[in-house]
Amino acid sequence: MHIVICIKQVPDSAQIRVHPVTNTIMRQGVPTIINPYDLFALEEALKLRDVHGGEVTVLTMGPPMAEDSLRKALGYGADRAVLLTDRYFAGSDTLATSFALSQAIAKIGETFGRPDIVFTGKQTIDGDTAQVGPGIAKRLDLSQLTYVAKIASIDLDTREIEVARRAEGGTQLLKSRLPCLITMLEDTNEIRRGSLQQALCAARRQVVKWTAADAGIDDLTRCGLRGSPTVVKRVFAPTARAERAAQIDTAERGLQDIADELIADILTRRPALEHELAFNSGT
Amino acid sequence: MSTASQTTPRIAPGRAGVKKELPDHFKDYRHVWVFLELERGNVHPVSFELLGEGRKLADKLEVQLAGVVLGPPGEMVEDAVAEAFAYGADLVYIVDAPPLADYRNEPFAKALTDLVNTHKPEILLLGATTLGRDLAGSVATTLQTGLTADCTELDVDSDGSLAATRPTFGGSLLCTIYTLNYRPQMATVRPRVMPMPQRVDKPVGRVMRHKLSLVEDDIVTKVLGFLPDNQSAMANLAYADVVVAGGLGLGAAENLQLVKNLARAIGAEHGCSRPLVQKGWMPADRQIGQTGKTIRPKLYIAAGISGAIQHRVGVEGADLIVAINTDPNAPIFEFAHLGIVTDAIRFLPALTEAFTRRLSPHSRDKLAS
Repeated sequence: MHIVICIKQVPDSAQIRVHPVTNTIMRQGVPTIINPYDLFALEEALKLRDVHGGEVTVLTMGPPMAEDSLRKALGYGADRAVLLTDRYFAGSDTLATSFALSQAIAKIGETFGRPDIVFTGKQTIDGDTAQVGPGIAKRLDLSQLTYVAKIASIDLDTREIEVARRAEGGTQLLKSRLPCLITMLEDTNEIRRGSLQQALCAARRQVVKWTAADAGIDDLTRCGLRGSPTVVKRVFAPTARAERAAQIDTAERGLQDIADELIADILTRRPALEHELAFNSGT
Repeated sequence: MSTASQTTPRIAPGRAGVKKELPDHFKDYRHVWVFLELERGNVHPVSFELLGEGRKLADKLEVQLAGVVLGPPGEMVEDAVAEAFAYGADLVYIVDAPPLADYRNEPFAKALTDLVNTHKPEILLLGATTLGRDLAGSVATTLQTGLTADCTELDVDSDGSLAATRPTFGGSLLCTIYTLNYRPQMATVRPRVMPMPQRVDKPVGRVMRHKLSLVEDDIVTKVLGFLPDNQSAMANLAYADVVVAGGLGLGAAENLQLVKNLARAIGAEHGCSRPLVQKGWMPADRQIGQTGKTIRPKLYIAAGISGAIQHRVGVEGADLIVAINTDPNAPIFEFAHLGIVTDAIRFLPALTEAFTRRLSPHSRDKLAS
């Protein structure tokens, strides 16, 4: 079976700093990583290949440097990597991104065989929108299975798939049909480390590089900023509250003293809480 | 909003970046819609929060507020309609059909897309729940319109455009996003970001009923079952009145017990900031912040949490925020109401003890007398 997985190279958000004066993002020197949620999807794809055979193609849209992330994915054991890169994609919102990726997936299907499953992570850690997966599913007319915690079974003969999906208040068990798009939940898999040999091989492997034209996209007005219905008008830092927190004095006092003062302060500000806390504590 | 446009040159606008005269086929898009999410017989509270916010937007635009209810024929849908009116809807669109008994993307996306194409809302709001995000992404793609995820603030601009504000860059800054030349303007909002509006029983409003344009046989995905969460094991953080949370300042996973002890002593829910989930110290459903749960408790105690904006947007709605942190320059002191510069690991046990003393039946009797 052929599995396509979409990954994204993202800045390691834990290391992003905001310039204290200009309030702009300081991107210099911020390392990039594969979006962590995508790694769960990649692991799931590799596991399915282990069981059912076939190939895993990893796809990303991004600047030329996104090739690094694809090489890492090859190092984990993916069979093929495709980098969709073109200046026309710059500034894509989720609608334009799902358009470009779906076109590339269609082209991958023509070139390397039609995918049975397209995977994405449940969301990215930079955009956090969770919209690109559903966008791809809709455009390629794949059945859409989001927030999948577990793939229970796949039958390649009947083309049926059963999954457990995270829903509000519980877990939904669904049966659907291949081909489908799955967005994968976190914590589903222990992520494999590729072997040293795989990593060395990955460094020499070829990454397929496609421009918009290579991916068969002829309508460039649907890409990048021009193809994005949403527009970012303003980026700003949140305004500070007029007053900083009132400080409880901790100098030369016992912890119990401080704790008593804090509680008195809380209950002076919110007298109604006294009853509620006493009631809830059930003492 | 001249101030907004003055700050824009950093971002080169594309075709969508400049507001043009709306194309003719979008001109009759009016009214504000809120999708009401039915969750196993009940309306998800986020839908009421959105009706409250939708009411404000509709009043500013001087248009009507409509609810959308999709579900199986019967009481469940009728109850949801009554609730929609009670929380401010002027009218409710209903699609009730057996295939809508359980959520599946296909029939729900079809029903909502058809409704939009028929009745043309200017603004469409959904909760940023697993259901809402699954549905909104497909509907926006089919309609080829803009969708802004996980907004923390919604407003109507002087020219009537929806200004949707959300955290960006992994939560370090906020940005305001517009969908200027496409309709509807779509946004999702996380539970608890908006306050719950006042419920007012009012006479039934207008109801518009529609048919679902597909039947069960057309639907590829089938529901095999549903395993409800074990309620006692599930954190009900979003709707808790009192929350205690720990952050990296606690130093080690075992110190989270101090947070749990305090929470138990005052009948609170406990939670944590994002890094602790990433370290595997606490399960993801206890995470508070933009990518976790948004909370609006009456009292929030943050222990050893520095207060990055990721966390801030998740707790800003709390009535009273108490911060305990060793670093006097921690950003949390910028938005907390009460601060203590001290080591949470030492202070939490003392606070737990002091609360227990204060809340003991003996002191309560004293209070009563």
